[in-house]
Amino acid sequence: MIRCFKSRNFSIGFLLTGIVILTTFLSFFYTPYDPNKMEIPARLQKPDNDHWFGTDHYGRDILSRVMKGAVNSITVGLIAVGIGLSFGLLLGIPAGYYGGWADEIIMRLIDAIYGFPAVLLAILITSILGPGIKNSMIAIGISYIPIFARLTRGNFLSLREREFVSAARAMGRGNLSIAWRHILPNTLSVLIVQATICFALAILAEAGLSYLGLGTQPPDPSWGRMLKEAQTFMRLSPWPVIFPGLAIVIATLGFNLLGDGVRDILDPRMKFLR
Amino acid sequence: MWAYVVRRALMYIITLFLVSLIIFVVIRVMPGDPAQIILGTEATPAVLERLRDKLGLNEPMIVQYLDWLEGALTGNFGVSINYDVPISDLIASRLLVTGPLTALAIFFTIILGIPLGIYAGVHRNSIRDYGIIVISQLGIAMPAFWTGILLILLFSVRLRWFPAGGFTTWSEDPLAALESLLLPALALSGIRIALITRIMRSSLIDVLGEDYVRMARSKGLTERIVIYKHAVRNSLISVITVLGLQVGMLLAGAIIIESVFYLPGMGRLLVLAIQQRDLPVVQGIVFFMASVVILVNFVVDISYGILDPRIGYE
Repeated sequence: MIRCFKSRNFSIGFLLTGIVILTTFLSFFYTPYDPNKMEIPARLQKPDNDHWFGTDHYGRDILSRVMKGAVNSITVGLIAVGIGLSFGLLLGIPAGYYGGWADEIIMRLIDAIYGFPAVLLAILITSILGPGIKNSMIAIGISYIPIFARLTRGNFLSLREREFVSAARAMGRGNLSIAWRHILPNTLSVLIVQATICFALAILAEAGLSYLGLGTQPPDPSWGRMLKEAQTFMRLSPWPVIFPGLAIVIATLGFNLLGDGVRDILDPRMKFLR
Repeated sequence: MWAYVVRRALMYIITLFLVSLIIFVVIRVMPGDPAQIILGTEATPAVLERLRDKLGLNEPMIVQYLDWLEGALTGNFGVSINYDVPISDLIASRLLVTGPLTALAIFFTIILGIPLGIYAGVHRNSIRDYGIIVISQLGIAMPAFWTGILLILLFSVRLRWFPAGGFTTWSEDPLAALESLLLPALALSGIRIALITRIMRSSLIDVLGEDYVRMARSKGLTERIVIYKHAVRNSLISVITVLGLQVGMLLAGAIIIESVFYLPGMGRLLVLAIQQRDLPVVQGIVFFMASVVILVNFVVDISYGILDPRIGYE
């Protein structure tokens, strides 16, 4: 563990994601103000001792809203990566392990989805399912399935020819047991790195969808939606567009660096490839 | 080589076909009755029936798909429900905004990303290199729409150099049109500049460690010639590949950026069509964008070998 902190990327990433995750937990028990409580006379105030981040156009406390928004982003990240990872494994393992026809059919389908830019796919799906946080999680998750499926397939394809797999087979292990207990653990490091990076991308995607009005619905705070609402008033007060944006950058940067750091540690040869 | 090109082309055609199928299934089959979705829950049965007839929803699913595919391949995406004009006309007119916007963003990415990457790679491990790495790391984490908002805040609200949004048409005043695209293109290229800088830097560092570069140096060539004539050329290959693959991301990014700057482009049309439940328009634009992305991926795929003769076509 101490070895990990020798990587600068990992240390900074750990610190930033730590801040975001702690804020998320804290916001369940404490926020300085009620994040949805409007107080019109105190609207668009500059940061001061009462409101550290200032107030928005309804006089709501921006710090409290940014804190509550973290819950949103973390939830979307977790669920979206969960969907992408589990369905990716479900498709990638048989494709890589068995090869042949199963591989051809699954990979053509995956390629077709992969040809779509992820955000476009997410927009298409939310436009059908209807806006809302639940649907945007599903949409972002679906757009990650090809990434994880391709990664898993590639790893299984190269690992299934290795000696430890032949050894397991010689010992009479079944296919399922070989895939699950012998090959999968060997691909975990790559999957963890990808999951961390996708987590960062999911936070960006959720912010984008919410900005377009397709994600989180009012009055719940979401960083993307806060930016959308604040943009109208930025001539009067720039603060409401500064802090939610900074929160997005800190969260994204944190998970990106954490992913890079883990990769540096697990596989020094891969350094700086992205 | 031609056998390879044809084989790849066939693969991309299959992909395009599958994409069209996915879009059709997602839009037509998943939600139930499109007529109901378009008109809402309060529409009378007679009105619903008329719309179903107009959209061809009473035909069997497979006939609907083939009809739509046949139209889409010849550039006929049907008629918009809200505007009552051909969707292909809508796309064509919006392309005059989105096309130049993405082109300008690619231009910014190239003229800023590549030199920054070369500079950082040549001065590896110096303070300036670290500075560039830190900024590019930040750049990758900045959502394009926030960059856009900050640019508006700085250049329109504070300095008043640029309009805060909106678009002057090309026929009205070409210069003003270009001006209204500058900030959006810069915002759109932010992440791309950061990405290209990093890739240019790392691939230049890789190439600088190769034998032929050592050879060129030991021949007594000046550092300038070694870097620009020998090293940069070879490291550009991976940069161009990534750049090509970014075209899709740019189109998707344009959807959000056009909303930030109120540009009447394809992305804005898509967002409005979603809000107004104009499903044929959504279907048409998504298919069009996906086709462009697939076409660009195909060109990138093929140009590998042209750029780098060492890569053989099997």
